[in-house]
Amino acid sequence: MMESQAEQTVENIYKDIERRIVASPPGLCPIDLLASFLKMSHAQSCGKCVPCRIGLGKLEKMLDLVLDGNADESTLDLIEETAKAVYDTADCAIGWESASMVLKGLEGFREDFISHINTGRCTFELNQPVPCRSLCPAGVDVPGYVALINEERYADAIKLIRKDNPFPLVCGLICEHPCERRCRRTMVDYPINIRGLKRFAAENAGDVHPPERGPLTGKKVAIVGGGPSGLSAAYYLSLMGHEVEVFESRKQLGGMLRYGIPNYRLPREMLQSEIDVILSTGVKAHTEVEIGKDIDLVDLKKQFDAVYIAIGAQTDKKLDIEGIDAKGVYSAVEILRKIGDDEYPDFTGKNVSVIGGGNVAMDVARTAIRANADKVSVLYRRRQDDMTALEEEIEAAVAEGCEIYDLFAPAEIVKDEDGSIKSVMIQPQIISEIRGGRPTPRKADKDVVEIPTDVLIIAVGQGIESKEFEKYGVSVQRGVIASMNTAELEGLSGFFAGGDCVSGPATVIRAIAAGKVAAANIDSYLGYNHLIDTDVVIPDAKLADRTPCGRVNMKEKPALERICNYDIAEIGMSKEEAMQESSRCLRCDHFGYGIFKGGRSEKW
Amino acid sequence: MVSLTINGKKISVLEGTTIMDAAKEGHIRIPHLCYLKDINDIGACRVCVVEVEGLERLVTACNNVVEEGMIVHTDSPRARKARRLNVKLLLSQHDSNCTLCNRSGNCSLQTLANDLGIMETAYEKELTLERWNKKYPLIRDANKCIKCMRCIQICDKIQTMNVWDVSNTGGRTTVDVSGNRNIDEINCALCGQCITHCPVGALSERDDVKLVLDALADEKKVVIVQVAPAVRTAWGESLGLSSEKATVKRMAATLKSIGFDYVFDTTFTADLTIMEEGSEFLAKLKNAENEKFPMFTSCCPGWVRFIKYEYPEFVGQLSSAKSPQQMFGAVTKTYLAEKLGIDPANIFNVSIMPCTAKKYECSVSELSDAGFGQDVDVVLTTRELARMIKAEHIIVEDIPEEDFDSPLGVGSGAGVIFGATGGVMEAALRSVYYLVEGENPDPDLFKGVRGLDGWKEATVTVGGTEVRAAIASGLGNARKLMEAVKRGEVDYHFVEIMACPGGCSGGGGQPIHDGQELAGERSEYLYGLDKHDDLRFSHENPEVIQCYKEYFGEPLSERSHHLLHTDQELWNLRSEN
Repeated sequence: MMESQAEQTVENIYKDIERRIVASPPGLCPIDLLASFLKMSHAQSCGKCVPCRIGLGKLEKMLDLVLDGNADESTLDLIEETAKAVYDTADCAIGWESASMVLKGLEGFREDFISHINTGRCTFELNQPVPCRSLCPAGVDVPGYVALINEERYADAIKLIRKDNPFPLVCGLICEHPCERRCRRTMVDYPINIRGLKRFAAENAGDVHPPERGPLTGKKVAIVGGGPSGLSAAYYLSLMGHEVEVFESRKQLGGMLRYGIPNYRLPREMLQSEIDVILSTGVKAHTEVEIGKDIDLVDLKKQFDAVYIAIGAQTDKKLDIEGIDAKGVYSAVEILRKIGDDEYPDFTGKNVSVIGGGNVAMDVARTAIRANADKVSVLYRRRQDDMTALEEEIEAAVAEGCEIYDLFAPAEIVKDEDGSIKSVMIQPQIISEIRGGRPTPRKADKDVVEIPTDVLIIAVGQGIESKEFEKYGVSVQRGVIASMNTAELEGLSGFFAGGDCVSGPATVIRAIAAGKVAAANIDSYLGYNHLIDTDVVIPDAKLADRTPCGRVNMKEKPALERICNYDIAEIGMSKEEAMQESSRCLRCDHFGYGIFKGGRSEKW
Repeated sequence: MVSLTINGKKISVLEGTTIMDAAKEGHIRIPHLCYLKDINDIGACRVCVVEVEGLERLVTACNNVVEEGMIVHTDSPRARKARRLNVKLLLSQHDSNCTLCNRSGNCSLQTLANDLGIMETAYEKELTLERWNKKYPLIRDANKCIKCMRCIQICDKIQTMNVWDVSNTGGRTTVDVSGNRNIDEINCALCGQCITHCPVGALSERDDVKLVLDALADEKKVVIVQVAPAVRTAWGESLGLSSEKATVKRMAATLKSIGFDYVFDTTFTADLTIMEEGSEFLAKLKNAENEKFPMFTSCCPGWVRFIKYEYPEFVGQLSSAKSPQQMFGAVTKTYLAEKLGIDPANIFNVSIMPCTAKKYECSVSELSDAGFGQDVDVVLTTRELARMIKAEHIIVEDIPEEDFDSPLGVGSGAGVIFGATGGVMEAALRSVYYLVEGENPDPDLFKGVRGLDGWKEATVTVGGTEVRAAIASGLGNARKLMEAVKRGEVDYHFVEIMACPGGCSGGGGQPIHDGQELAGERSEYLYGLDKHDDLRFSHENPEVIQCYKEYFGEPLSERSHHLLHTDQELWNLRSEN
């Protein structure tokens, strides 16, 4: 009885440690960590073999010498020699993997070893005291708005978010929430559901007007591209008092938010409501205006003091297989773009296949289900585990009836007599070597499988359409526009670029962050130093025991119900849930390193 | 208002009050160590922990605010025990060889440990390796540092120099020069504010007392000491002297009893500085269309280091006048030596300053013009002066007052207020007014420039010309002012800047009183001296007049330029000691 209790306790501690590592703050001394991991590894040793039993202990001691400033270069040599011998001679993975960790460290952060030896100092610095805020590309004040939500001050929460991100509702619905990745609450139980809380705030805040626009500067800024990045830049520049005009090539504003994300994830009217707030600050928009066709970039620069290029990455990457020219083969971009302008496809009675494993693949697969397809198959050459789509997106797709064919690579498209697609031949794969940290597939010794297909949708990535811009000397490297850290284009004074067209296809929050950076730099290029701030006062941290408590996860409507239409699938948090979830926040801005180095940026 | 109970006492305080402040209102003191009001409230030492009913864990009183109905116990067995334990943990990594520490008797950790009755601890002592350039004017002892982070905060928030930062992580976390740099290679202004806000002996000035004692013991040496204006308002603080006893004359007498051959007053060269700097300013004003404004004062070496590092493009706009300390060094090794018939090679010049940057300044080779080694040989801070007096076992209270020696012992009230922020400006305006108008103003005409505001402005009309003046103290304020100057948002003729908040009264070399900012009080004392002085104008200082007559001729003369002026562009920022 006693023993099983002890064992259970150890099991629980293992789980605690797993979660703890997930929430580990970046910037810790790597040698200190290595020494700690080594000590743990040593404790795992059964003790049978010499190298593991004794050698790992010697390595620990030598790492301590380095850390305490008592080592010299010869210590480093001995560490290396010892680790190599342990690696070469240990009988099992417990020993050789421990030694391998030390060898990786010697190679990966040798400079830090040298710095410890020569100066007694670590080259690493803790620079992310408030994990959620530091990991948000736009630096949104997460603990601040979570605390506001907990006080039921939803409008203030929205104001606070808008200081750094003019799309609180959009992000509440579809942000990939990098903020949750290293949430310190994970050390207690599970990360806070930050995105869900944001959605709750946005849906309950009522109409929140943007802040008063600053005095007009008389400067004019043109924004090319009405997506999240362009609109974010427009919002802040307009608040600063500049005259902003957005030029959008499609019929409506929103970019990939409208033409890339289906309605059931981001309802159009919700998107439009946020775009309307941005426009209400005085931003002028021109739709169906294409650079190079309707307006010349050089002319634009003549009319405006600065130009921000945020054209996104909207061209589809092609797949090079036989039969790709068959009728019935579409790109995901094409399908979603039409839907953006309310042209919904009808796949009644059809077999639809989707190639790809990212979020866009899931979007089109789930759209195909709603377009009444008979069968939807997702074809992916790696394992389902390796898909880049969010796990909940994959789960939702499966729940809605999508069949996932993982470890199948498309080999050929079979056409019928009139050139229409008949089926896709897929080659089974076997998962193989890990390269660049990712398992790669190779051809398996199995026969090709035929998937009958009437409609094939390719979702294997996007690129940018830059030809028109290259003509004007915009430098395009590796498929994206090359801009400097300040978003400025080298050699093209007054031109800035950002968002997907610079980063490659990325997330909405990164596009928003790029818009923010561009706004600040354009402002200073125009000779100003406007500050964006808010008068929202953040509640003091409440003193409370943070007893372990489950995380409120987002739920979707029942699959059979949601596939009948394009309405929003996700169900928002109830107030009860939002209160509980927001009270789970550990307030890292107040407790821990945050109060010292968290430096809440009240303005930027 | 929020009502709560602390140690059974009902207390009502404003919303947002910390538990510590609420307790104070109820006359309950919660022990603390790292806390420094408005500067450091990060709850690092965990000494101010208290028990709040209903909460599983203890909370810090310094940075958590009261909640309605809260029941707090500041001295429950659990809180006491935890507090003591945290102090013991700190002691286990603290070099508590108090007998060898200059902060013994003025150390917050020592006091706290004693107050808590800690007489023994079970923890093993762990000290770390020392790596510091002990020749640098600013010394850090890693084994005394308790990582309260105050130095980082004062340097970041008040001085905006970011010299210090957290170094390493985990158990080896400590404080060190930021960005993995070495102290003698970086933009430290040497203001010493980190020292005066250190609760223990981790930060201190380089102790140069021995050099002075050696010189005093050397019979060949004529040892001369000059005492800065701001020293007189603080010298008695660490000697336990009442302000009635701690007079300027008793300070002079004490120095004589230590054995200095001549005891002079830096206030004399403060007046000389006004003559030179004031004339320089007037010359610029007359030639306004060809000159760049503002002209900046140059008597604070912390500020000169700051402008050289941070705004090098403005160095040319510093007044070329040397600081009073350096003028004094030059004058003693030339004029005075000649007058008294002393071989300047035998003069050993000691300077007592409220300042750590002065230790750097005296080492700048550009500033030694007399031709006999450094013009000022050694600088001691006010704290070192007190230590030297203590070491001599002088019963200071009983020493009869004496005057400064002559001829460099007379200073005006205008020179005395150099020790307060705005004082240089006020002194300069008094004499500039005289030089232009031909008659003295009311000496209190410019008192609008007094006070502790970080950035002050004044516009005065002199000879029909409007002179726009500004004063800043504290490098954070200096930076704000410089940014505004740079952006063209302000337009001044004359700007006084002191690196330390409140000016030299709050200098980094002044006595340390943990948790108290005394610049204001000390400045008041200086203004009192000025008010009661018969001599309130630098240009009326008879010894200054005599000095011009006998040696320099007139302000800005060739000899003045040689001995009393400098080109700050040429200063080497590395300490040359």
